[in-house]
Amino acid sequence: MKKVNHRNSISRILGAALALMLVFSTTAFAQDDAAVAAGKALFNANCAACHKLDSKSTGPALRGVEARLAEDEGLDREWLYKWIRNSSALIKSGDRYANKVFEENKRSVMTAFPTFSNEDIDNILAYTAQPKPIPPKPEITPGEETAGGGFSTQVVLIALIVLFGLLALGLFLVNKTLRKFAVANGTLNIEKEVKRPSLWKAFVQNQFLVIVSVIFLMLGAAYFAYGYFMQVGVDQGYQPIQPIHYSHRIHAGDNKIECKYCHSSARVSKHSGIPSLNVCMNCHKNIAQVSDDVQREGVTKYGVDYNKEIQKLYNATGWDPAQQDYVNEPKPVKWVRIHNLPDFVYFNHSQHVSVAGVECQTCHGEIQEMEIVEQHAPLTMGWCINCHRDTDVNFKGNAYYEKIHEQLKDKYGVETFKAAKMGALECGKCHY
Amino acid sequence: MKSLIKIGVVFGAALLMTSCFDKSQPNYQYFPNMYESIGYEAYQEVNGVPYGGFETKMEAQIPADGTIKRGWMPYDYDNTNEGYEAAKAELLNPIPTTEESLAKGKELYGIYCAVCHGNKGDGQGTLAKREKFLGIPKYNDPARAITEGSIYHVIMYGKNNMGSHANQLNTKERWQVVQYVLKLKSELK
Repeated sequence: MKKVNHRNSISRILGAALALMLVFSTTAFAQDDAAVAAGKALFNANCAACHKLDSKSTGPALRGVEARLAEDEGLDREWLYKWIRNSSALIKSGDRYANKVFEENKRSVMTAFPTFSNEDIDNILAYTAQPKPIPPKPEITPGEETAGGGFSTQVVLIALIVLFGLLALGLFLVNKTLRKFAVANGTLNIEKEVKRPSLWKAFVQNQFLVIVSVIFLMLGAAYFAYGYFMQVGVDQGYQPIQPIHYSHRIHAGDNKIECKYCHSSARVSKHSGIPSLNVCMNCHKNIAQVSDDVQREGVTKYGVDYNKEIQKLYNATGWDPAQQDYVNEPKPVKWVRIHNLPDFVYFNHSQHVSVAGVECQTCHGEIQEMEIVEQHAPLTMGWCINCHRDTDVNFKGNAYYEKIHEQLKDKYGVETFKAAKMGALECGKCHY
Repeated sequence: MKSLIKIGVVFGAALLMTSCFDKSQPNYQYFPNMYESIGYEAYQEVNGVPYGGFETKMEAQIPADGTIKRGWMPYDYDNTNEGYEAAKAELLNPIPTTEESLAKGKELYGIYCAVCHGNKGDGQGTLAKREKFLGIPKYNDPARAITEGSIYHVIMYGKNNMGSHANQLNTKERWQVVQYVLKLKSELK
């Protein structure tokens, strides 16, 4: 009994100690967590425009910056306070490390944050001192699931086929045995076939039937021949592989970037230009990798490694993410043109986009959902003409049309006009 | 049995014809000469043309030295910290601020700026909300104290993680955007 008592007391003490420890540790963690969370909010709002935690951006990577400075340069938190509140003053004061950092980062001036309190800066430093989270192992479950789904449907299909085969075999056997019985009983008379003219001969002898079927055959042949010739030179559905996989689904769909951000010349010129790569780099200087979710989706669903595609962009522009500068020889990208009108047609994007205000999707389809772009419209003359017949001219806020609009209103006594009424069906509008 | 073979042949031929349709290749053309331009098309590769190719083998060329593009004016401030400070202090908007120019500025702002800077200029655009870009400042950020000159300078050259938008906007359009940005700045609290 004594022993048991003894054990009890020890476990009690241990329990109390554990409880005490837990209480302390949770409060300690809670304080720490609050500091880190506050630091993260401040960091994302103020610092993240130029600093990343783990890679160089406009400014240096900041994970563990305090420890790094203390170890390598012997600088304390006081120095960081001064630097963050007014880095320019520190540089001017001739501080050795301040000048070194300034030179190392292409003389970019860091915005001064005089309003930060010591506590704010402490919080930010607490956030940057967090160890790097270990990336979760990529789950293969989605792939397995789909594979499993495909497997099970296949199994079901095969089972069904086998089942039907057995059923057919059974019926055939039953039929055969029944027939045998019938023959044995003498109830089934196997008829002697009466000599009749074959179906083919009967058909040939019936001239009316021959003429009708010939007419039908010719009409059918004409129908198919017409369809065949009409699709010559029509590239609807053309979906070439581009040298760099660019997903309109992600850029225009998920991120809702305006079409005209990249295709800016659609506003002002005949062509809706392919953006030069500096436009890509406006964002991808900062975005060197897609998020883990997007990457996983790309690999499992579309079979594309998006990070590799961004790397291709860097190779083409000569950008080195480590140095944050264009150091290598640029190589032009040979994009494959999808939409191509023949040389004998004139089409002007700015007239349709800026003047008429036609949405890009009207002709190009739901681009923001396309992983790989394909030609949505047939781009045939009939297709152009139909749209010109159906579409009202956009007179609003267009001084160019004011006078003619008034005149046409008087002449026809209507408010709106189809493009066709304004000469959009004239040959010379597009062919000259 | 014979008819079965015939049907099989027809189906086989049909299958052969449809299987020839390849989405990654353009369709063939009736008279290719009428489709293809003799003059250079935009972005065309000009390798081995009869009049001698360009050095870069591209139709798209950099303008000759000493020339300026239509709709462009030379810009005298350098892409340096000193240039930025100088533009911020002294560069002034040459075009009058009207309803019309503000409307145009708003349209252009919606295309080129709002995706990061937000429709109100508070730094909360789609890309910021989706955490693709972080730390985009508000236009009324006191530490930056942007002026019309500095806005124009930054559109022209970019700054830090923002790239140059000079090739998407011409001189006048840039000033229209500047006007609209100043309007947003004054409306921010």
